[in-house]
Amino acid sequence: MTEPVLDIRNVSKSFGALVASEGINLDVRPGEIHALIGPNGAGKSTLIKQIAGGLQPDSGSVVFDGQDVTALTTAARARLGMGRTFQISSLAMDYSVLQNVVLGALGRRGTVFRFFRPVMRDRELLAQARAALVEVGLEEMQNMRTSELSHGQRRQLEVAVALTLAPKIFLMDEPMAGLGMEGSRRLMGFLDTLRQRAPILLVEHDMDAVFQLADRISVLVYGSIIATGTVEEIRANPQVRAAYLGEEEARS
Amino acid sequence: MKIQPDAAQFPLAFKTVVLAGFKAAKPEVLLNAALMLALLAVPLWAWFADEPFLITLTTRAVIFAIAGVGLNFALGFGGLVSLGHAAFFGLGGYVMGVLAYHAQTYTALLDWPFVIEGSRSMLVIWLVAILLSALLALGIGALSLRTSGVYFIMITLAFAQMLYYFAISWPAYGGEDGLSIYVRNSFPGLNTMAPIQFFAICFVLLILVLLLVKFLARSAFGLALGAARQNEERVQAVGQMPYRLYLIAFMISGSITGLAGALFADLNRFVSPTMFSWQTSGEIMVFVILGGVGRVFGPVAGAALFILLEHSLGGLSDYWHVYLGAILLGVVLFARGGLYGMLTGREAAHD
Repeated sequence: MTEPVLDIRNVSKSFGALVASEGINLDVRPGEIHALIGPNGAGKSTLIKQIAGGLQPDSGSVVFDGQDVTALTTAARARLGMGRTFQISSLAMDYSVLQNVVLGALGRRGTVFRFFRPVMRDRELLAQARAALVEVGLEEMQNMRTSELSHGQRRQLEVAVALTLAPKIFLMDEPMAGLGMEGSRRLMGFLDTLRQRAPILLVEHDMDAVFQLADRISVLVYGSIIATGTVEEIRANPQVRAAYLGEEEARS
Repeated sequence: MKIQPDAAQFPLAFKTVVLAGFKAAKPEVLLNAALMLALLAVPLWAWFADEPFLITLTTRAVIFAIAGVGLNFALGFGGLVSLGHAAFFGLGGYVMGVLAYHAQTYTALLDWPFVIEGSRSMLVIWLVAILLSALLALGIGALSLRTSGVYFIMITLAFAQMLYYFAISWPAYGGEDGLSIYVRNSFPGLNTMAPIQFFAICFVLLILVLLLVKFLARSAFGLALGAARQNEERVQAVGQMPYRLYLIAFMISGSITGLAGALFADLNRFVSPTMFSWQTSGEIMVFVILGGVGRVFGPVAGAALFILLEHSLGGLSDYWHVYLGAILLGVVLFARGGLYGMLTGREAAHD
């Protein structure tokens, strides 16, 4: 077995009496899409925050690229190569689309402490930024103000910013949410090829997408992972069916 | 369209190009130019008409503009609402006062462990004012930037008030009465006592400071700082620490306002604790808000308008601040972008 890129070891976190993460073990290996699913309130977002930074686990550790990053800040983890997209688009809304991706490209370069050269004339940054926009299909929108983008376009822009970072792992929190049929289909096609560049930890609600894309799936229910396995294993797992899929199938 | 190599058409083509260029110039650029020309024209006219008071008044506006440009860098570009910029304005003033006082009395500022002499050179005074203001901003910023929102406003205010009471209770440099300097400090090759020459110095410094902020705003640092103002989470996700960006912005901001303080003291040849007072902080903020928060030239418009109001309304009534307050209310309620927002619309998303 190859060394995992991301290894979450026995991570626990509680808020008062509420246990949000209970002894979670999870790893993401090179080249895979590892999907994290679970009903609302299962603690998916809490877990993502503990991985990306911003929330300290009570116990356990997060090991990324062979290094224990549990004590590091969000920014430090991003510099080490975590490319995150947010559940609710988190962009600089007053900036143009291009400025947002240039910011990402700056992040990859590592230093923003350049005070005099006009950043929007920096060819290297612009090339990286435009390449990322082309990949997600936003090149036509580059001069638009970000606040004028549609919901779906903002999601695409989030992905583009993550691409400019050239990360070692993508942490994607419901990238498909609100994209619509066509948008979801295109993004799925894109993620399918993206796993070659860096593995993806994909938090997703859309079951069809997860079953089509994921190499492995972990199911989070009430703060603990009740099963991890391939698509077939998860589909067949009676515990999962009871806790999660049963509801879905009963509804459809 | 095909371009005809016809000599007769050349002037027409040239005209079209120039007109197109003029139309393409954003209203903001035109307003900037008009503003700077007006600030230059008034004292020049006053010089010919022998009205030195008007020159001094414009110089005051220019110095206030520099102070505002400093605050605007923190407030407009970094989103840091500092109500304590009088700390830097006052520090700049006292740097001038203390250095010039020691030069004037032929006493050393410090005898041990090494000798520090006073100075009458503006260049030296500016440099010290800028460096000490940056240092003070580092100290104040390092502590206050751990908070945000109302707490940040209150802590910056508290620091400035601390310095205010310190200045009042320090008898060595005049205490509450302040400190008079008899002759304006010197600048190589110029007679600084001539109002128009001192105005020229301040005006050139204003241009330099505006250029500095313009460059900073367009730089990688400016992009990241503006992004932090809009969304800290985003900046962290691309691997940057908002705190560090803010701290550096606060230091740059403080040192610009500190420079303005040194000039203001030289203009009046007098420093007093009033320069540290919260009213001073408030006034600097008024320049920024009147002109347009986050617009490079905004504080220049704001300071000019402030001086204009002070001069015209001040003649009508001693309580002219009432009118200023009403105007400020109007701006905040109905023209959020200040003068610049009103006249040139929202800032373009992209250069």
